[in-house]
Amino acid sequence: MADLRTNIAGLQMQNPVMTASGTFGYGIEYADLVDIEKIGGIIVKGTTLQPRQGNAYPRMAETPHGMLNCVGLQNKGVDYFCKNIYPQIKDIDTNMIVNVSGNTPEDYAECAARVNELEKIPAIELNISCPNVKHGGMAFGTTCEGAASVVSAVRKVYDKTLIVKLSPNVTSVSDIALAVQDAGADAVSLINTLMGMAIDAERRKRVLSIGTGGMSGPAVKPVALRMVYEVAHAVKVPVIGLGGISCATDAIEFLLAGASAVQIGTHNFVDPAITVKVAQGINEYLDRHGFASVADIVGTVE
Amino acid sequence: MKKHIIDLRITFADRLHPRYVLIKGTPADGSRLPEMLPGQFAQLKVEGSPETYLRRPISIHDVTSDTVTSTNKGEEVSFLIALAGKGTRQLATLKVGDTLNCIIPLGRGFSMPTTDAPRILLCGGGVGIAPLLLMGRRMKEAGFEPTFLLGGRSAGDILRLSEYEALGKVYVTTEDGSMGEQGFVTQHSLWDNAAFDRIAVCGPMPMMKAVARLAKEKAIDCEVSLENLMACGIGACLCCVEDTKEKGHVCVCKEGPVFNINELKWQI
Ligand SMILES: Cc1cc2nc3c(=O)[nH]c(=O)nc-3n(C[C@H](O)[C@H](O)[C@H](O)COP(=O)(O)OP(=O)(O)OC[C@H]3O[C@@H](n4cnc5c(N)ncnc54)[C@H](O)[C@@H]3O)c2cc1C
Ligand SMILES: Cc1cc2nc3c(=O)[nH]c(=O)nc-3n(C[C@H](O)[C@H](O)[C@H](O)COP(=O)(O)O)c2cc1C
Ligand code: FES
Repeated sequence: MADLRTNIAGLQMQNPVMTASGTFGYGIEYADLVDIEKIGGIIVKGTTLQPRQGNAYPRMAETPHGMLNCVGLQNKGVDYFCKNIYPQIKDIDTNMIVNVSGNTPEDYAECAARVNELEKIPAIELNISCPNVKHGGMAFGTTCEGAASVVSAVRKVYDKTLIVKLSPNVTSVSDIALAVQDAGADAVSLINTLMGMAIDAERRKRVLSIGTGGMSGPAVKPVALRMVYEVAHAVKVPVIGLGGISCATDAIEFLLAGASAVQIGTHNFVDPAITVKVAQGINEYLDRHGFASVADIVGTVE
Repeated sequence: MKKHIIDLRITFADRLHPRYVLIKGTPADGSRLPEMLPGQFAQLKVEGSPETYLRRPISIHDVTSDTVTSTNKGEEVSFLIALAGKGTRQLATLKVGDTLNCIIPLGRGFSMPTTDAPRILLCGGGVGIAPLLLMGRRMKEAGFEPTFLLGGRSAGDILRLSEYEALGKVYVTTEDGSMGEQGFVTQHSLWDNAAFDRIAVCGPMPMMKAVARLAKEKAIDCEVSLENLMACGIGACLCCVEDTKEKGHVCVCKEGPVFNINELKWQI
């Protein structure tokens, strides 16, 4: 039995497998189907200062080995989260991490400050990379200055583990990664979804309500893997890799590329127990290759 | 209600019609089927088809159980599936003995009748008749007599008629007049003196809206079962939302698929 314990900038996890924001609800939705306390960390839905209705329906389109979504950060706002959802999830015995989004650096900071007060939330993940909302979101994640401005504002008010989630919809993801590291990020996670489009040829219409959406699922894995490799070689802070993971081998590839931990998103829809299976699969791989811990393989690809 | 991931062993698979398939399955490990309510659905995994990555939401069509013994002998859940595209065509290739992985039961089903409001019309269009069979069965078991109004393009679309007839009175409309009265369900003569406490509808969107409009005119309570596109099916991804009057965007997979028309922002 290899040691699966993983530490991401002070965030102590029993294994390196987390669920990706927006794909696992608040964890409780899946509690009947998988032992959620066996997951390394659960990153809950994108949360904003003010409640948001999100985009109109239709919000998803299936694509070969993946999907597009334009949910648009629907959530009831951070105060609702603190008052109504936090009490339901605070005693779940794993790391419950809040994914934070906003329109302005001040929004992000205010939202983060409120989550900072919650004792059982050991970390936040800043979503500076949502492709589905007009203001904020990805706009910050596509320039070094924008990304740094959000991270600095949050860093001033947030003293636990600060993860920053990067957008793949940029020319140089490692430049952005360096900028957020310098602005005070404790770790970076990538990738968020890739901007895409689906067209219904018969009706001559774009399928999604806002025309475009973010692509995820196994189809994006090669792109994600390349970006994780690049960023892991550029920054000093730990990298959390995600994008298209659907089995243990996929996750191991991310670890080899330089990720210290991984997240699984879309594949939870297909197999709600995938996170626990991947953690077991990583353990078997480490045993089979004679490694004592996860850290022994991180970034060791030739 | 507790959700389960179950491997079903297929016990029956029949192409009822070039466009429809009926499949039945029982838990492969011999365990009992979970409790399921009419109008709830399952998320079926489509194997061997990289083009269909996500699960497919399909209504629970019928449940048969052996209440005499405490084993799962004879327990079957059935699905009535229209071949719409790649995933449903793949599901139609399942054979007896194959395994079908499903997440079940999901969502909120139809409201059951009460002694104060016992008369429910179960109105289905096309494959939308699927969830109405279990609803009719549960109504009959509870001592209420269901009335069915089933519509289709042509006689071939009116599936499993004898099963419905065994539970209650059945009225039929077909667009080409090949069975029952000609026209749409809303044109059936039964509406002339319809005396129902509620209508439960499932079918294509234009049909559900037409029935909802008629129900409103006649001041009859009406529930519709929506088929919004889904990814997770369990309220986690927020892809399947419907706009409601009081709660804004709600997940059809969790708060529905059945809604009272008064909850929805439909322009009817
Ligand atoms: C709660 C719920 C219950 C359902 N119950 C049944 C049922 O009992 N029997 C049954 O045959 N079907 C049912 N459906 C519809 C069924 O899920 C879709 O027909 C199916 O997912 C299509 O998959 P496909 O791969 O065959 O088609 P695709 O290749 O994905 O698409 C083919 C065509 O079908 C349309 N389509 C895809 N998904 C849906 C959908 N969710 N609703 C309507 N049209 C769709 C597409 O727009 C496209 O035109 C239900 C849907 C929901 C949401
Ligand atoms: C339906 C859906 C909703 C998402 N919502 C969020 C979100 O609120 N915040 C966020 O940072 N990422 C969100 N994402 C992106 C995922 O967290 C993840 O970065 C992406 O899906 C790639 O991973 P995957 O291929 O494993 O799904 C969402 C993805 C999907 C499919
Ligand atoms: S399909 Fe995911 S929330 Fe309904």
